[in-house]
Amino acid sequence: MSAGLIIRGGRLLDTSQGIDKVGDLLITGGKIARIEDDGAVSSQSDLFIIDAAGLVVCPGFIDLHCHLREPGFEDKETIATGTRAAARGGFTTLCCMPNTNPPLDNQASIDYIRKTAETEGVVRVLPIGCITKGRQGKGLAEMSELAEAGVVGFSDDGEPVASSRIMSLAMDYSRALGLPIIDHCEDKELTDGGVMSDGWVSTRLGLKGIPAAAEEIVVARDLALARLTGARIHIAHVSTRGSVELVRRAKESGMEVTAEVTPHHMTLTEERVMGWKSGRGNQLTYDTSAKVNPPLRAGEDIAALIKGLREGVIDIIATDHAPHAVVDKMCEFGLAAFGISGLETALGCLMGLVHNGELDLMALISRLTLGPARIIGTRYGELGTLKPGCQADITLLDPDKEWVVNSQDFVSKGKNTPFDGYQFKGKVMATIVAGDIVHQDASFKIEKKQ
Amino acid sequence: MKVTEPKSGATIPETFPSPSIGVWQHRHVLDLDDFTAEEIELVFEIADAMSEVLTREVKRVPALRGKTIVTLFYEPSTRTRASFELAAKNLSADTVSLDASKSSIAKGESLVDSLRTLQALGADVIVMRHSQSGAPYLATQHLNTSVMNAGDGWHAHPSQALLDLFTIRCHLGGLAKLKVVIVGDILHSRVARSDIWGMTTMGAEVTLCAPPTLLPRSLAEFISYCQIPNVSVESRIESALEGADVIMPLRLQAERQQSGLLPSLREYIQLYQLTEERLSLAKPYALVLHPGPMNEGVEISPEVAYGTQSVIEEQVTNGVAIRMALLYLIAGGRSK
Repeated sequence: MSAGLIIRGGRLLDTSQGIDKVGDLLITGGKIARIEDDGAVSSQSDLFIIDAAGLVVCPGFIDLHCHLREPGFEDKETIATGTRAAARGGFTTLCCMPNTNPPLDNQASIDYIRKTAETEGVVRVLPIGCITKGRQGKGLAEMSELAEAGVVGFSDDGEPVASSRIMSLAMDYSRALGLPIIDHCEDKELTDGGVMSDGWVSTRLGLKGIPAAAEEIVVARDLALARLTGARIHIAHVSTRGSVELVRRAKESGMEVTAEVTPHHMTLTEERVMGWKSGRGNQLTYDTSAKVNPPLRAGEDIAALIKGLREGVIDIIATDHAPHAVVDKMCEFGLAAFGISGLETALGCLMGLVHNGELDLMALISRLTLGPARIIGTRYGELGTLKPGCQADITLLDPDKEWVVNSQDFVSKGKNTPFDGYQFKGKVMATIVAGDIVHQDASFKIEKKQ
Repeated sequence: MKVTEPKSGATIPETFPSPSIGVWQHRHVLDLDDFTAEEIELVFEIADAMSEVLTREVKRVPALRGKTIVTLFYEPSTRTRASFELAAKNLSADTVSLDASKSSIAKGESLVDSLRTLQALGADVIVMRHSQSGAPYLATQHLNTSVMNAGDGWHAHPSQALLDLFTIRCHLGGLAKLKVVIVGDILHSRVARSDIWGMTTMGAEVTLCAPPTLLPRSLAEFISYCQIPNVSVESRIESALEGADVIMPLRLQAERQQSGLLPSLREYIQLYQLTEERLSLAKPYALVLHPGPMNEGVEISPEVAYGTQSVIEEQVTNGVAIRMALLYLIAGGRSK
C-alpha cells in the first residue's frame, strides 16, 4: 500500500508544527509527502483515498509505558496481540517495559523484542531496558550495551530500585548515554503488601491500603538524586496530588524532569473498587479489574492530575497497558494481579475529559504524540509529527463517535478493564504506520480511486 | 412473627413459619452494612425461637431437612465452624465440612473452581471463612448458591456481630442509646467492622478505643462517607469506659507486636487491658463481651473474663441460635 494514500478533508492537528486546519494529507513511500488545503491534492489513479471529513487527523499516538509480556508471559499478551491492540487504540509506537521473563537486561533480549516486533508486530515497538540486572535492584545492567541495542530508556518498572545509592549510580551512568531513567516510584516497604489506595474505601472493604506517601517519598528521592547527578529522569504513572506538586516545584527550579499520567488515574477514583455504585445499601463488589499499581486515588488527586496535565507539569499520557489472563483477575481481590489493559480504551476514556471541558483537544493530542516523542528523541527518526519527510504514522479519530466498551471485543489478550460497559464518546477510526493502514474501524470505509 | 409455642421437652419437631413473608430480603449474609433494623429484629425473633429449641432434650427441628450446608474454611477456626455445623445439624440439614488445607484447594484449585464444584454437588448454602477480604463477594458473583460469610479477612463477620447484638439484647433489652466500647485491634478486626454497622443500625453509640497504630488511618473519613451515626474514637481506655453499657476487648494477636505496631505487649497490657479496676469506671451493670478466642492476661484479665459481668460463654451459646436463625432465613421455607 506504500504506493500512496490521500487523507482528504480531515482536521489536521499537529502540535509539532502548530497546525490545526482542515486539509489534505498526501502519503507516499511510507512517508508524509505534503499537507495541502482541502481538495488541493489531485487524485491520482493509484492512490487510496480516505475521506476524513469530520475526523481529526493527527500524528500516531506514542505510548511510553506499556507491557507486552513477551517473552515469558505469552498467556497475558504477545507482541503480535499487543501491537494489534495498540493499532486499535490509535497507537503507532509502543515503548515496552522490561519486566518480562527473562527481563530485558541484555542485548540478546532487546534484539529478540525488536526482531519479533518486526516480523509479528503491526506498530513500532521500542524497548525499554532494565536499570539493574534481573530487576534485582543490586547491580547496574549493562546499560551502555542496552543503549547500543536500541533501548529508549531504562526502568525497573514494577520493582522500583529501593537503594538510593544504586539509583544514583544508574542516573550517573545514564547521563553519558543520553537516555532517561524511568522510575516507578514506590516505597515498597511502606506499601507493605497494600492492594488499593489507603483511604475510607480501603477501611470500609477491610483491604490493606497503599498511602500516597509511598509514591511521594520516592518521587522526592528521585528528584533529589537527579539534582545530584544531573540525570534526565521521567516519573512513571504519577497518581497523587503530592507527586504533581513535587514535579511542579522541580520544573520551576529548572530541572530536566518529565512525568506521565495514565487515562485511568485521571478518570476513576478508589471508589471504583467497590463496583459501579457506592454508599450504604448497595451490594459491594471487590472489583479486581480496578486493582492497579499505583492504585486509583481520591477525587482531589484526579483534579490535581488533570490540572497538572493541562498546565504541562505532567508532560505525557501513557497507558501502562498491563494485560492479564482471566485467571489472574478472577480471584480474591488481595491475590489478584495489579494492572489494567488500557490500549484500546485510552482515547475514548480521555475524550471524556475533552468533552467535559477539562482538557482541550490540542493539548490531549500533544501529550499523546509530541510529548512522548520528545522524551524518546530522534534515534528512531522524528516521531509524533506530520512534517513532510517523516514517517507516516497517523491516527484518524472521530471525536464525537459514541461507543460502548466491550472487553470481549478487545484484540489484546488482556480483557482486564474497569471500563467494561462504559459509554465513551470519541473513537479511533483508522491507524496508519509508515503509510500502511494497520487498523480501521468496522464502520469506516477506505476506497481505492480508479 | 409468630412462632409455634412448643411444649417443654417435646420430641416432635416444630416447623417455623416461612421467612419469605415479611421484611427479609437477603439471599446471602455477607455483612451487616445492608441490614435494616427490621431485618436484624427478625433475626432476633427467630433466634429467640431457636434458643428455645436449644433448651430441649432433643435439640432438633426439621426446618432444613433435605438441604445441604457446606462449611468451607480457608482459615483455622474452632468455635465459628463448630457453631455453624451444630446450627445446621439442629435444623436437620445435611452438612459437609471442607478444610481448605486438606482438600484439592491445597493442590492449587482456585476459589471459584472450588465453589462451583460445591454448587454442582448440590450445596444449598456455602458457609465460608477466608483470610482475604471480599472472598464471599467473589463467591456470590459466580454462584447461585446462598453464601454465608463466616468471616472474611479484616472485612466482616456478620454472624458474630449478630450474636453480640443478640447477647446484649438478651441482657439489656435492646441496643438503643447504649454506649458500647470496643477496645483493641480495630484495624485488623472484621468483628469490629460488622459490629459498627450492626450496633449503630440498632441505635447504639459505639466508642472505639485503641492505640493509633491499631486504628485505620482513614477511620474518620470512613465514618463520614458511609454516614455511620454515633461512632467516636477515644485513645485512653479510662475515658472510653466512662458510662459504658457494654465493653468488648478484641483479641490481640502476637504478630501485631512482632510487626512493630506495638512497642511491647507489656505496654499494651498496661494501657489497654480490661481489668476489674477499669471495669469499675463503666456502668455498674455493664456487660463484658469478647469475640474469642481470648488471650487472658493480655486484652482482658482472667478476673474480668470469668467475673459476674462477663457474658462471654453466653455469646457462644447464642451463636448457635443466631446461626440457626440465619441459615433458616436464607435456606428455609422458600423457593429460590
